[in-house]
Amino acid sequence: MSSTPRTLLEKIWDAHLVCAPEGEQPLIYIDRHLVHEVTSAQAFEGLRLAGRRVRRPEATFATPDHNIPTTDRRLPIADVISRQQIDTLRNNCREFGVRLFDLGDADQGIVHVIGPELGITQPGMTIVCGDSHTATHGALGALAFGIGTSEVEHVLATQTLRQSKPKSFEVRVEGSLHPGITAKDLVLYIIGQLSTEGGTGYVIEYTGPCIRALGMEERMTVCNMSIEAGARAGMIAPDQITFDYLRGRDYAPRDFEAAVAAWKKLPSDPGARFDRTAIYQGGDVVPQVTWGTNPAQVVGVDATVPDPAAIADASERDSSSRALEYMGLTSGTRISDITLDRVFIGSCTNSRIEDLRAAAKVVQGYSIAPNIHAMVVPGSGRVKRQAELEGLDKVFTAAGFEWREAGCSMCLGMNPDTLSPGQRCASTSNRNFEGRQGKGGRTHLVSPAMAAAAAVAGHFTDIREWRYLS
Amino acid sequence: MKPFVTHTGVVAALDRANVDTDQIIPKQFLKRIERTGFGQFLFFDWRFRPDGSPEPEFELNRPEAAGASILLSRRNFGCGSSREHAPWALADYGFRVVIAPTFADIFYSNCFQNGMLPIRLDEQDVEELFRRTADATASGGSPYTLRVDLNTCTVADSAGFSKPFQVDAFRRTCLLQGLDNIALTLDHVDSITAWETAHGLPPVAAQQP
Repeated sequence: MSSTPRTLLEKIWDAHLVCAPEGEQPLIYIDRHLVHEVTSAQAFEGLRLAGRRVRRPEATFATPDHNIPTTDRRLPIADVISRQQIDTLRNNCREFGVRLFDLGDADQGIVHVIGPELGITQPGMTIVCGDSHTATHGALGALAFGIGTSEVEHVLATQTLRQSKPKSFEVRVEGSLHPGITAKDLVLYIIGQLSTEGGTGYVIEYTGPCIRALGMEERMTVCNMSIEAGARAGMIAPDQITFDYLRGRDYAPRDFEAAVAAWKKLPSDPGARFDRTAIYQGGDVVPQVTWGTNPAQVVGVDATVPDPAAIADASERDSSSRALEYMGLTSGTRISDITLDRVFIGSCTNSRIEDLRAAAKVVQGYSIAPNIHAMVVPGSGRVKRQAELEGLDKVFTAAGFEWREAGCSMCLGMNPDTLSPGQRCASTSNRNFEGRQGKGGRTHLVSPAMAAAAAVAGHFTDIREWRYLS
Repeated sequence: MKPFVTHTGVVAALDRANVDTDQIIPKQFLKRIERTGFGQFLFFDWRFRPDGSPEPEFELNRPEAAGASILLSRRNFGCGSSREHAPWALADYGFRVVIAPTFADIFYSNCFQNGMLPIRLDEQDVEELFRRTADATASGGSPYTLRVDLNTCTVADSAGFSKPFQVDAFRRTCLLQGLDNIALTLDHVDSITAWETAHGLPPVAAQQP
């Protein structure tokens, strides 16, 4: 037993260090590799050209999510290039022996939704995927981060990754959230405090009573957006909430009690040292709405659009002016006066059953405003079926929402779900970058409850004042 | 991979912070299954007008940026999505070096996989390079040019600017020699197998060469 107190990150790192040869970056072992259609084709092609195989096909799981239509799945995909990319994933998985949750498979869905849902994601694991929102899986106490396609090829071929040991960053949240305030508001608030590069070079561990009180889905929302603060990974120590979530899932360990006993040793030891610590108060968080073109450009719903002239840093000032121009906003405008055209509830950040329940609770008994086109895109086939079992789909469709099939959809608009130029959208996704949801589209990031309320009101409205009819 | 030892080239100044990979290569171009041919789509939404003609105001479309192979930008370059299509597009367009005060982690490591060198310089040095690039344009003389030497880890112009930069020793070696990372790792296949055995994983069949 080591006597030096270690962080969760250090424990996982030490357990996965394969070797650290002199003059080279260390090699760490990768337990789970998740694969989707957009960032894998070139990696499989690289293997083929070099005559290499997938070292551990059983540790590799694939699903199409980014590029797929969310309408009727019985029809062939209209976009020929999209179809080719999905066919390529299918062929690669067949050729290299990788388990594919294909279109039409009951378990297909957004890769970061199905990993935890199927129990593929487990505490203490190292997990990678060619996608920056892989940080999501850290919510279960795993070290999970996004990689590029060359690294995807490296992991396929060797089941390891070259990594320098990241620095550790404790983000401690004291107290508790007020009623109506969600994990999405909390993480947007944290990003606003840290800036989009405040976490660069670090792995964040979220700690404190406010974090411990979050449910599993909420923890995924928080970890998911770590990358928006620049941190490649975010993690939360596993506890009873984690164990209860995993018990009975398809890929959960067969000897579950033995696994739990091992997982209980993972949390950071008392006295473990972090390279950096930031402390926030849960009680300070109000419902958040982004006003700009990066997720750190965010304010409370009770605030106004900020004035770039008041920003001291020249480069940030310039970036804010540019953002306001792109967003078609004037400083001083009250956030609640911003009217919308579209509402999107979905994405790997907020498309799980708890998210849909929260949104449906707001919508129940209401209709969406006449100026709004709104859609709900469940994160997976399982989430969709569960929601339908609970009648949530009926709540949404009765209010005027479209109810779609699982996928990434309008979070990034690679499929036909996009904004038109100038359209303004309240979105539960993770990025409000220029053109992210469609060229010229204007994205405001919010929680599912805030998005639902905006759909009904036609403009942003403070969820703390919502009159629930259910 | 193409080795990188020294490179001399024209500097294009992109005076913006937080340039994200969605801007570098918008999502509609991620459907291709090749690694090549992405240069035509680089900065697509900024570079082209809705009718498809070049946007003359965009930095890379200005005459002084013609033939540029060194991109100069501001903080947090390459943030957002992990898409390696971003360095593919930059490299295919002709860039071999990106200079900025800070880079997002995933983009930074993706560059090294593609024979491209991301250089971090202090904010004031980057400011100085922006000034020198603008001065060269204003004077109407030859475009501003920098020489990057990965052997000595310096970036310099012909008028007295010379700064060292830091780069991880292993990444530097790989880039200098154009090494295949996977082949290097497979040299340690015994260590990988030993780790797997120690963790109760069943053996895998021997790798094909």
